[in-house]
Amino acid sequence: MPLDPHSIRADFPILKRQSSSGAPLAFLDNAASAQRPQVVIDAISDCYQRYYANVHRGIHTLSEESTAAYEAARETTRQFIGARSQSEIVFAAGTTAAINTVAHSWGGNHLSAGDVVLLTIAEHHANIVPWHQLAERTGCRVEFIPLGEDFTIGDAVVQDKLQALQPKLFSFASSSNVLGTNFPVARWTSMAHAAGATVLVDAAQGAPHQAIDVQQWDADFVVFSGHKICGPTGIGVLYGKEALLDAMPPFLGGGGMIDRVTTAGFSPTGLPEKFEAGTPPITEAIGLAAAMRYLQSVGLEAIEAHEHLLCQAADTALRNIEGVEILGPTPDKKGGIVSFTLDGVHAHDIAQWLDTRGVAVRAGHHCAMPLHESLGKSASARASFYLYNTLEEVDRLIEAVKETRDKFARGGRRRRRRSPSPA
Amino acid sequence: MPNEQDIYEEHVLDHYEDPYHRGELATATHADEGKNPLCGDVIQVMLRLGHDGKIEEAWFEGEGCVISQASASMLIEAIEGKTVEEAKEFTANQMLELFGPQLTPNRQKCCLLSWRVLQSALHAPLDDADDDDAGPSFGGPSLSEES
Ligand SMILES: Cc1ncc(COP(=O)(O)O)c(C=O)c1O
Repeated sequence: MPLDPHSIRADFPILKRQSSSGAPLAFLDNAASAQRPQVVIDAISDCYQRYYANVHRGIHTLSEESTAAYEAARETTRQFIGARSQSEIVFAAGTTAAINTVAHSWGGNHLSAGDVVLLTIAEHHANIVPWHQLAERTGCRVEFIPLGEDFTIGDAVVQDKLQALQPKLFSFASSSNVLGTNFPVARWTSMAHAAGATVLVDAAQGAPHQAIDVQQWDADFVVFSGHKICGPTGIGVLYGKEALLDAMPPFLGGGGMIDRVTTAGFSPTGLPEKFEAGTPPITEAIGLAAAMRYLQSVGLEAIEAHEHLLCQAADTALRNIEGVEILGPTPDKKGGIVSFTLDGVHAHDIAQWLDTRGVAVRAGHHCAMPLHESLGKSASARASFYLYNTLEEVDRLIEAVKETRDKFARGGRRRRRRSPSPA
Repeated sequence: MPNEQDIYEEHVLDHYEDPYHRGELATATHADEGKNPLCGDVIQVMLRLGHDGKIEEAWFEGEGCVISQASASMLIEAIEGKTVEEAKEFTANQMLELFGPQLTPNRQKCCLLSWRVLQSALHAPLDDADDDDAGPSFGGPSLSEES
């Protein structure tokens, strides 16, 4: 059943506000971070108001209630992505923290000089920099799969790279945060496995919009952030196959991750606490679970279909505006993200002008500098949709982009190049 | 909160579309270039300094958003004919005032790019191989990375 964004909007108090210009808010910056429904806000404040205490530590009522809620959140997360066991669910601070954990712990143990980490050129910096850092530590090499003409990457290109480079790890985003392109996770994972590579999937842009089944994907690691799925900031998920996680050394050391500490050393505890040193993000986990339940109650298939509808409308209308170039494939190959440039107008001016119309988009390189460089662009503007966005908001986006073109690109910039006066 | 519509007032767009001294200065004695890698704004400032310590001529080249380019045009116009000392004493706040419309912290960095490049260009004689591109430190708020 198609979802009704107008009734969904009532669940999100922030959507009632206006932008600083006084125009009603059309929030189209969801790929950066989504908004939160009241149920998530309530779950967090309910914890603080009624039963908050540190987890796993105190033998008293509040700590036991908090611990139960924290561990229940782990179970909700396990179900959300179809993992086999709660041991495979590590709460991290976000996608970035999760990838860094894998890079340090797994990477430090498995990669050495000459080994290859294979990425696509479309990765977010969070899935590039930790591997560059690992390369600095170990002497391994980071290689990139280029983008095809149509902003997708063909299986044959992936296969060639896997064969030619024999990477130890293939780490890629399930969907690009700039292009919106959806990549075939299960297929690439099985190709990578056949070539002997371990697979990490950056599902930061996948988890918000599609029902994830980690067993169907069969990836070794899957990571995503809470704040992009209507949950709190400061929490994300590191899923890893149990045998892999089990064999990995802990990354951060401290309380909560140990079995025993002596003056001579320590022994780590088991999964998943081994990777959760220090006081964990307790209310964040509880809020995250509320967000997952909320998305499931709406239905991830319905959300995906709704975003597709909006993306289709925006993509088609933007392509019809003279001077607009879409950075991304046709809507059938992407999720709810449309990035674009406007000839003669800097992305920041687009975003700034759109804001005067209440339309919030992102402008810049969206933490994907190598991708922008490969496309020969310094920046782009990005509209990204979520379950609460409407076709009327798409119309407002289109109108505002046309206005931007008229205002800033009138016949291109008249550049008067005066030659220097003779000295 | 500044009203963003005002950022693009006529005065600003005029400088953007019809900039003052945009182009090469073949007789430059001092020059430097700076970037705002997060936005992709680039500004090059070229100066011809006289023996009497005056900025006899000032030009700029660049690419980027309206604010970065219009502010460069305003700055170049303002400092031409001034002494080097006067240009060095020209502060970031004065630059923001010169630009006019109030800017959110994120956009102040665009506005201050040319000011920063000017300050380093004053220390960057062209015949001197001494590479002093660090220039004075930039005190403005930073436009951090976007997700
Ligand atoms: C594809 C992708 N990977 C990683 C990240 C980083 O996520 P976070 O900033 O929550 O760690 C993002 C979000 O900005 C993203 O879109």
